[in-house]
Amino acid sequence: MNEYFHSVNLDKNKCRGCTNCIKRCPTEAIRVRKGKAGIIRERCIDCGECIRVCPYHAKTAISDELDVIKNYRYRVAIPAPSFYGQFDKKYSRDNILNALKGIGFDQVFEVARAAEIVSEATRHMILDPSVKKPMISSACPGVVRLIQVRFPGLIENIVKLESPMEVAAKIVKAQLGKNSNIPKEEIGVFFISPCPAKVTSVKSPYEKQTSYVDGVISMKDIFVKVLAELGSPDNTARYSAAGLEGLDWANAGGESGALPTEKILAVDGIHNVIKILDEIEGDRLSDVDFVEALCCVGGCLGGPLTVANVFVAKTTLKKHILEAPVSSIEKMPPKSFEELVWTSNVEYKPVMKLDQDILKAMEKLEKLESIYDGLPGLDCGACGAPNCRALAEDIVREIANETDCIFKLRQRIRDLAEEMVELGGKVPPVMDSDGQEEDG
Amino acid sequence: MSTVRLSYPIPSNDFIAAGEASSNVKKILSQIGIPAEKIKKAAIAMYEAEINAVIHAGGGVADVEITAGRVVINIADNGPGIPDLELAMTEGWSTAPDNIREMGFGAGMGLPNMKKYADRLQIKTQVGVGTTVTITVNFA
Repeated sequence: MNEYFHSVNLDKNKCRGCTNCIKRCPTEAIRVRKGKAGIIRERCIDCGECIRVCPYHAKTAISDELDVIKNYRYRVAIPAPSFYGQFDKKYSRDNILNALKGIGFDQVFEVARAAEIVSEATRHMILDPSVKKPMISSACPGVVRLIQVRFPGLIENIVKLESPMEVAAKIVKAQLGKNSNIPKEEIGVFFISPCPAKVTSVKSPYEKQTSYVDGVISMKDIFVKVLAELGSPDNTARYSAAGLEGLDWANAGGESGALPTEKILAVDGIHNVIKILDEIEGDRLSDVDFVEALCCVGGCLGGPLTVANVFVAKTTLKKHILEAPVSSIEKMPPKSFEELVWTSNVEYKPVMKLDQDILKAMEKLEKLESIYDGLPGLDCGACGAPNCRALAEDIVREIANETDCIFKLRQRIRDLAEEMVELGGKVPPVMDSDGQEEDG
Repeated sequence: MSTVRLSYPIPSNDFIAAGEASSNVKKILSQIGIPAEKIKKAAIAMYEAEINAVIHAGGGVADVEITAGRVVINIADNGPGIPDLELAMTEGWSTAPDNIREMGFGAGMGLPNMKKYADRLQIKTQVGVGTTVTITVNFA
């Protein structure tokens, strides 16, 4: 699909043009224009931070409606591990998987099982001295895109292994291809997602040409339906197979916890992630071989498309983890880990660059610095840009004016008013009577 | 030929604000469109010099000059100076006090790292007067 597909979107009717989202966006990708928050598409990394902070729920994620499954004869749901954290503790994983199947799927397959395979592949990679350290997990697509636009020096450190979602979809399709005569095009595999960035990953993948996943359905959208199905008495068939290692991927620290080394660092929350990536890029993080970085506080359980409070969901998941076997992996060894390696690569997206030409960019930068010096430095956001520096940048990019700053505007009005008063005090010489009186 | 000149005060004994100047320069270089690996060199070398000024010299001033071909970073302080420069350039040699080391700084890699990442490193130092470190990173 197209390069700038984004899941994160704006509901114009709900947006009041406040400054909440522009100030929280980690790539300064939002500007308020004509009372509405517009997203600069090439800068957006789909982290969903704006969805979380918008008090008017105007920021939304485009995901597939449940109805899309009807386009396929055989429908498979692959729920993210965080899905189990959304429901009351009294329900077992099998209850939840049965209920999910009950809303219209022919089969369910846990992404947590695929997560164990990715963990196993990562364990192999971490022992390989030719792999660049610290390895940075690619589990969070928001973090991968953040690196693309802000940390080009770290692209080499990204773990180029397919995500558990992709691996799960691939396994399902391979198994059905072998054990059934359902034609390929009639099989639909749907990811049950906590995360808008995953929607983008499927519609516009960076690691390969096309995704194995046929649609991404938001946990929020199906929550009520699944809840209703949970009441049904015969939802006890055994579908759960994943071990605790796979389930723990829903938590911050889960993925890295599965690795056989102490030299790990787990960071969650996009603004914390930026600080750590800064440290790595500056060569200031020693003794760390693997970094698990997740956009959302609490990891995927804190995803913008989840329903339960992240901390409550954590406790719920803990129960499922305690009940789970250690590992399911020996049941399904992958043929080879090379199969999981990306077939294409992520590239640096220099979206912060002021001009294609270095000399022109330098001129713009000089202008930017001098404009910035003249701005009040309050970072109020009333101009529609997230801070004074961003406004200065917008001015040199010719998408804003200096008088967009209300303080600059007030100063101009004041100067003008003073000039008017001064001009008003001047009397033309023919009407000036002072001189005559003195003479007389 | 256009030149961008920037100047940043380096605070004394403030490890949180230290590193701000190099992180600003990093941002600016990427706005100009300098290749990522050159930005990395300049940012790391400058960060080390900045931290040194904080630890040893009670702060100072960073002056940065960017042209299309290179960046020249000048970090000047009025600190105690370096009595034996050759020794100071040795990896692992440090005069940082314990309290600084406890914070994870002072591993004796400052000057060696500057030398490693700068294309040209000049150090002028006089005991009791101060130190000026000039880091040059070429873009081509």
